[in-house]
Amino acid sequence: MKSVRLEHVTKSFGKVETINDLNLMIQPGEFFTFLGPSGCGKTTTLRMIAGFYYPTTGKIYFDDANVTGLQPNKRNIGMVFQNYALFPHMTVDENIAFGLKVRKMPTTVIRKKVDRIREIVHLGPYGNRKINELSGGQQQRVALARALVIEPDILLLDEPLSNLDAKLREETRVEIKRIQSELGVTTIYVTHDQTEAMAMSDRIMVMDRGHVQQVGTPQEIYNRPINRFVSNFIGETNLLEATIDEVSSEDLIVTTCDGWTLRGKRENISPLIKLKIGETVYVSIRPESIQQGPGENDLSGIISFVEFTGLSVQYIVNMPSATLKAMILNDGSPLKQIGDEIVLNIPPEGLYFLGE
Amino acid sequence: MKREISSNESGWSRLTQSPYFIYLLISPLFLILFAYVVYPFYQTFLQSFNGENTLLNYQKFFSLASPANLEALWTSVYISVISVFTCALVGVTMAFLLERYEFPGRRLLSVLVLVPMALPPLVGVLSFTFLYGDSGIIPRGIQHLLDLKQTPFALKGIWGVIVVHTFTMYTYFYLTASAAIKGLDPSLEEAATSLGASRIRVWSKVILPMLTPSIVAASLLVFMVSMASYTAPLMFGVERTMTMQIYLSRTNGNLEMAATQSTILSIVSVTFLIIMRWYQNRRNYQNLSKGISVHRSEVSSKPLKIMAVIGSFIGTLILILPILVLVLISFSVDGTWTIQVLPPEYTFDHYIALFTDEKTWRPIWNSLQMGFVATIGNILFGVAAAYAMVRLNFKGKTLLDILIMVPWALPGTVVAVNIIAAFSTENIFAFNQVLIGTFWILPLAYFIRHLPLVFRSTSASLMQLDQSIEEAARSLGASWWYSFRKIVLPLTFTGVLAGTLLAFVQSIGEFVASILIYNTSTMPLSVAIFQKLYAFDFGTACAYGVLQILLILIVLVISEKLLKGSAGSAL
Repeated sequence: MKSVRLEHVTKSFGKVETINDLNLMIQPGEFFTFLGPSGCGKTTTLRMIAGFYYPTTGKIYFDDANVTGLQPNKRNIGMVFQNYALFPHMTVDENIAFGLKVRKMPTTVIRKKVDRIREIVHLGPYGNRKINELSGGQQQRVALARALVIEPDILLLDEPLSNLDAKLREETRVEIKRIQSELGVTTIYVTHDQTEAMAMSDRIMVMDRGHVQQVGTPQEIYNRPINRFVSNFIGETNLLEATIDEVSSEDLIVTTCDGWTLRGKRENISPLIKLKIGETVYVSIRPESIQQGPGENDLSGIISFVEFTGLSVQYIVNMPSATLKAMILNDGSPLKQIGDEIVLNIPPEGLYFLGE
Repeated sequence: MKREISSNESGWSRLTQSPYFIYLLISPLFLILFAYVVYPFYQTFLQSFNGENTLLNYQKFFSLASPANLEALWTSVYISVISVFTCALVGVTMAFLLERYEFPGRRLLSVLVLVPMALPPLVGVLSFTFLYGDSGIIPRGIQHLLDLKQTPFALKGIWGVIVVHTFTMYTYFYLTASAAIKGLDPSLEEAATSLGASRIRVWSKVILPMLTPSIVAASLLVFMVSMASYTAPLMFGVERTMTMQIYLSRTNGNLEMAATQSTILSIVSVTFLIIMRWYQNRRNYQNLSKGISVHRSEVSSKPLKIMAVIGSFIGTLILILPILVLVLISFSVDGTWTIQVLPPEYTFDHYIALFTDEKTWRPIWNSLQMGFVATIGNILFGVAAAYAMVRLNFKGKTLLDILIMVPWALPGTVVAVNIIAAFSTENIFAFNQVLIGTFWILPLAYFIRHLPLVFRSTSASLMQLDQSIEEAARSLGASWWYSFRKIVLPLTFTGVLAGTLLAFVQSIGEFVASILIYNTSTMPLSVAIFQKLYAFDFGTACAYGVLQILLILIVLVISEKLLKGSAGSAL
């Protein structure tokens, strides 16, 4: 269990800069996720921590040791690859034992450790199987066992669930989280799937085009996104352009581009916002915080799409210059139809204000 | 932890982190290519300018006053163009018949169709002269049968060369065309037919255009190989070809002229190599559908069936006769076969002599030794170059690729002339020794000629190996060398081995460069065959030939087993 610290790390390939001045501290034992769309630099960052790339500038520390230029085999890391990268010419046990053999452990110790980890990942009877005789989920667990058996200081997971089908993905997600908290190893997880990131992580780093957007717990990221990118990327949201009318000690009152006046809480603002009358801001409204019927902050529009999912009803509502997605809990009342007018209201706690 | 910190700050670590470290790693590859490909080439080039008037040799070459050289260039081109057409005709037809139709004898024929590849160049020509030459078995047999005054036909001169080329080189067309036909989705034809296209239209508008890339690629290859052909003109006495002119200039001691001719021939070959690579990169029809099963049309009508049986019987006979005749003559008593149709006396002595008589065993042993040394070199270079090419990122990849392919494109005769130009004096790349006249000159020639073989088969299997597998090993604590030995080598072993076997067999059979630079103390097998032939020791010559063919067959069978049918890629 070690901490990982990145100081002013940049990485360029040729003239293209893929990582820009990255500073980061990951605590020992933490489950930390790099989240972002493809090409955001999350895998590049992971590979620098693993030692497959060297930073162009900046330093990487494991605890207090500078590992910036250290070869990957000297870092004592465990890594699980997207395609698992199992050795096809070896059995399950030989794959798992590989790292232990490299470390020249006595055969009896290797035997014991391999047997134990095989139990932990629920692969008990499969020790002598060939890799191509396993299912995708089983291969995944061999890869995990192989990375964990060497008792790494840091466990690196590069989109490990992306090759599994939906059901298996959820199962394995729970499994990885269970094993990680059982062993308490510092874990860095790379994914583009925000649900996965939310469900598993202690903290998340959201990245876009080589820049860190926000670092925080899943709740912080979801409830208090720092900018429009994060707010859009994490969960579903409606972003309405508005101008500030009034700022008081409690409240913030804005007018949207369609002329609706909305009152929100002064505390629900991103730290990057400028509180000045007449300033353009964006109001983020989660679909699930919208309620049907008149009330405070009400607005109306024409329904262009209805979807009934049982638990809730999704409406897409057209207003003159914006569309709003609303998720109304199903209370048994009759559905509105396409073309109907609908009145919606948003409780002041449901508004969140963002700057540019 | 302390240990890691200190190692991180060592000079070695700083070196390996440098973006230029990679160039240090690949520099030996470039050094070898420079020393044994570029430098000899350059020396020949220099030599060709060595007259008082620097362009004198080129003026001589192109002068109309003594047109021998121009005539040779013309004959070479002429032979090559016709060879392309005849090879295309035979190769593509065979590919269609064997891939698309089911008829009696098809299975046997589809195995035998690759026999010409198993014939070393010299041995192939040899059996053809025994079979169809002036005093060949077939013409004489017909003469006796029909009681004619003269032999009705005989293979000689330019047409002899072209027939031999057709026999030995149609396989290039056959292999590429049958691969393309296998990849042709039958539903394309069905789609065209359903849209109302006639059979002829389907052929001209759908099938042929789909085959064009493979046919063009094979044409370029056959043209290149024909230009480089040396053995056939030699055996059929066609002196006015480029390769023969080089050989003659060299044996007459006119080294400058040999250098000039070599340079001109090299330019032609390298140009074709570049066109070929450009064409391969430019256009490649990929089939969009996967897992197509080719359906073969059954030949059903009675007359067609009889024709098919006769046709495949004749085809089988033509393919197998060269080997049969070699085996037959290898049992004949030396010096007894003169004007008879078949050798009159037979003995088993040649085969016993091969392994017991020191004098006949010597060339075999020489070739084995020299082939072994050259192949070790090919493995070391080929595997390293393939790894660099596939796994590392550096500027100059294209250059590396071309430099490796050039020796393969160069005619063996030219390679020999280049080596003579570079290594008949002491130089640094030969550790300040004169290599000509030593044991090392032939292994060096074999190494250069077969440079791409291990490289290509190894890089093909490396490309199939996902890079993350290697990274997984590294992340688990394996050093680069450990993961190379335990992961990369075992997983690419079949590719390395296939290339290695091929390089070894080719070295054992190499004749074209050997004949120009061998020395009597290390005479290789192929040169020994040539000499036995001129001493009328046909039996011994053929016994040597049969031995070579056996060796090649063993290698082919092993590679076929290893690569499970994809042996064609290495060839």
